[in-house]
Amino acid sequence: MKHLLNLSVNGEPVEVAVPLHHTLLEVLREDLRLTGTKHGCELGECGTCTVLVDGEPVLSCLALPIELEGTEITTVEGLTKDGRAHPLQIAFAETGAAQCGYCTPGILLAAKALLGRNPRPTRLEIQEALAGNLCRCTGYIQILQAVERAAAADPADYTKPISV
Amino acid sequence: MPPTKTDVAPEQSSPAQEAEPLSIIGKPLMKVDAMAKVAGETLFADDLAFPRMVFCKMKRSPHPHARILNVDTSKAEVLPGVLAVLVGSELPIPFGILPVSQDEHALCLDKVRFVGDPVAAVAAVDEETAEAALEHIDVEYKVLPSIMSIEEALADTDEPIHASERIDGNVHKAVTLQFGDVEEGFAEADVVREESFFFEGNTHLPMEQHAAIAVYGADGKMTVWSSTQTPHYVHRAMAKVLEMPPSRVRIIACPNGGGFGGKSDPFNHEMVVAKLSMKTRRPVKITLTREEVFYCHRGRHPVKMWVKTGIKKDGSITAMHFRSFLDGGAYGSYGVASLYYTGALQTVTYKIPRYKFEGLRVFTNKPPCGPKRGHGTVQPRFAIECHLDKLAEEIQKSPLDIRLEKVVEPFSTTANQLKIRTVGLKECLERVAERSDFRKKHRNLPRGRGIAITASSYLTGAGLPIYWNKLPHSGVQLQLDRGGGVTAFCGSTDIGQGSDSVLAYIVAEELGVEVEDVHVVTADTSLTPVDLGSYSSRVTLMTGNAAIQAARRLKPLLLDPAAEKLQVPVERLAMAHGKIFDRQYPEVSMDFAEAVVLAEAKHGTLGSTGSYTPPRSRGRYKGAGVGPSATYSYSACVLELEVDEDTGWVKIEHIWIAHDVGKPINPLLAIGQIEGSVYMGLGEALMEEQVFRKGVHKIPSMLDYKSPTFVDMPPVTSILIETLDPQGPYGAKECGQGPLLPVIPAVPIAIYDAVGVRIDETPVSPDKILKALEGRLAKPTVPEYDFPPPAEVPPMREDS
Repeated sequence: MKHLLNLSVNGEPVEVAVPLHHTLLEVLREDLRLTGTKHGCELGECGTCTVLVDGEPVLSCLALPIELEGTEITTVEGLTKDGRAHPLQIAFAETGAAQCGYCTPGILLAAKALLGRNPRPTRLEIQEALAGNLCRCTGYIQILQAVERAAAADPADYTKPISV
Repeated sequence: MPPTKTDVAPEQSSPAQEAEPLSIIGKPLMKVDAMAKVAGETLFADDLAFPRMVFCKMKRSPHPHARILNVDTSKAEVLPGVLAVLVGSELPIPFGILPVSQDEHALCLDKVRFVGDPVAAVAAVDEETAEAALEHIDVEYKVLPSIMSIEEALADTDEPIHASERIDGNVHKAVTLQFGDVEEGFAEADVVREESFFFEGNTHLPMEQHAAIAVYGADGKMTVWSSTQTPHYVHRAMAKVLEMPPSRVRIIACPNGGGFGGKSDPFNHEMVVAKLSMKTRRPVKITLTREEVFYCHRGRHPVKMWVKTGIKKDGSITAMHFRSFLDGGAYGSYGVASLYYTGALQTVTYKIPRYKFEGLRVFTNKPPCGPKRGHGTVQPRFAIECHLDKLAEEIQKSPLDIRLEKVVEPFSTTANQLKIRTVGLKECLERVAERSDFRKKHRNLPRGRGIAITASSYLTGAGLPIYWNKLPHSGVQLQLDRGGGVTAFCGSTDIGQGSDSVLAYIVAEELGVEVEDVHVVTADTSLTPVDLGSYSSRVTLMTGNAAIQAARRLKPLLLDPAAEKLQVPVERLAMAHGKIFDRQYPEVSMDFAEAVVLAEAKHGTLGSTGSYTPPRSRGRYKGAGVGPSATYSYSACVLELEVDEDTGWVKIEHIWIAHDVGKPINPLLAIGQIEGSVYMGLGEALMEEQVFRKGVHKIPSMLDYKSPTFVDMPPVTSILIETLDPQGPYGAKECGQGPLLPVIPAVPIAIYDAVGVRIDETPVSPDKILKALEGRLAKPTVPEYDFPPPAEVPPMREDS
């Protein structure tokens, strides 16, 4: 039995017909084909599927879309504004923070939420804010450097076109 | 105006060209796929979808060891939404990564050998329907006694895990290698020490769960997209299992969301979706759950080790005798290679004139073990570094000096006939000691705080392929488009380490174009020349050398018409920054794209190939195939930590690591590999373990399988040491695996410096530290076993 839901994803209104028990992760990836959101466990353990709901990080594998009508959902695809990359995206690319890149979308969004409430975080504050996101490639250090670099940039500055 | 005739002597071909300043190599450039990855555009295997695609789920054994009496799929087959059900008898051909271990089936035929071994599979319209259908498959088992340890595997049994003439009980493989008379060496020594160690098994835990999609087309061709590190080996196994000509099978490795060795075997789920696509004539996808990834495993073997070493008062080693006992899990996988690797590289770090190795791998009823970052060399390195620290203390020598004095000689040959080339280990040791102030701190820090120094070496690519052949290990093909774009085709597989970027950097450097003008097409068995895969830290060296050869074969075709047009002697032309120009008068130039058009007009369609085969190894004895490498990388580590004696909690304060990378192709990526290796080593040292209780995996989840988080990662000082190895592209060696090795032993050695207790096993968890402080921690032991007599060691081949 499918239900019609009205969601707002990356600033666009979308209407989807889905079974109510399908998670936000499933709806984003399978119904809306927003495959930028990844998954590592589908049990709420690894942080990979993190998206933003009204600016706050949410594990999309545990969230039910029916509860999210009337909210604004942001995925990695929504980080890019008018074809220009977010300073976090630029910093991650330039710092080597994305090796396999699989955990990257979730970490980018968790970092965006952090910078939203704390534009100049200390390293420890970044570590604590991202502690729910696992990465097996980088040893985390280049990610921390990237977040610091993005924080030092003008946060509203979408400087580079996405196709650098 | 520049002169138009030759007024300088023509330069030599490649050496002179290498002397030109490098414009791309050695620079901290962005990866070629970095923007796609941060934009969420990179398509991993599970991101792919096809029209009419259906979904696969596999029915797995709930028993660690059982005979399959009957599989009844009739109820599942008639369920709405189920398109096909598959059982083992439909894919009876065995496979396995090594030719000597063809012991796996797509679905079990007669027996299940671990909890999670698959017996049947379903293709259905969606995952939920497929999963529900599994409940309607009835499997009748006769449960057998399970074998869960090395000791149990060595006991007599009427029901071995694999019944084969080649296997004695549950002993998969037992080997003995001897190089020189170790007893004579022990007699010459001033101090002889022997002791046992244990390294617990652990797993790769890549963030991406394995996925595969098969499309069997109306043209009778099979295409499989998979998260694999080794598309070439999957190609071979797939054709064999499906009984299809390999010419009609195409394997495409998607970018891997982390591999670390965990995606380097051909897997049963890849065969299963392929067969289901043949049955349903629809695209079939499977994505493993995280729990299933723990069952796929192929991770670090649990290894019990015993080592006996003789040293003189000056610290030089007279002989070493090393024994390893590997708990292999249920199948062969890379196990024979893993076993030899636990004995192969001991001699590559320190001078060991006489050496004996005895090794044993057994089957147990657990997920199969295989290669994880540092494959088979991590466990013995842990044992040897801890052992050496105790030897140093026994002869009252600094642990830094005892290491510095016995570093292997460059361009020497080891006792076990491995050819060493450049060695940057002394510099690594000196630099980490200096940066950390090791000499001053060692044995002088306040109680509770400790410091350790360790060293190691690793392969830069296995010297031999997995199946015997004389073919290149890596091939690169280049194609030019009339707009000046260069496409590089190569079978290499990017698992996040940046192999696509390295390929693009090298092609761009050689042809003097911008990195952005190079397109890479990789890891597709129908489109790209063979590269054996992303394992054994082989890709930068092998693909890099193949790319250089391909580019240098293309260059003359481009330079020759350019020289005519510019009226400059060809020897004087250089290629850089998208231009072809006169070295003497750089303003005399043309765009690369113009040269391409001129060259195509003159020579016809342009393209070239390059390939690479490592130098022939020297050893001819049985087992000599494991260990040789074009060159070895070296690493040294200093680790400082603090131990809370009330809780056993360890806080790593700082790690200094120096790595002999030969020459960093991109220092940013090299540092990323080093930091990632340090992280993974710390996880293994402090917390990670793949353990079982009553035949069942204790912790098949990311929450319970503890791995370090952002808050656990200490500051790391990484130091790149350049040795410009003659075998490597621009002098480069590996950096993706070696730096993991010295980190793990540094933890217990520093704990000893801090609180005076020795912990000779991993993980070094708080409970073990407390037990050790209370004097209650049992010493590791090894089983009794009669190893075979040493294999004959014929004289070495001539040095090549």
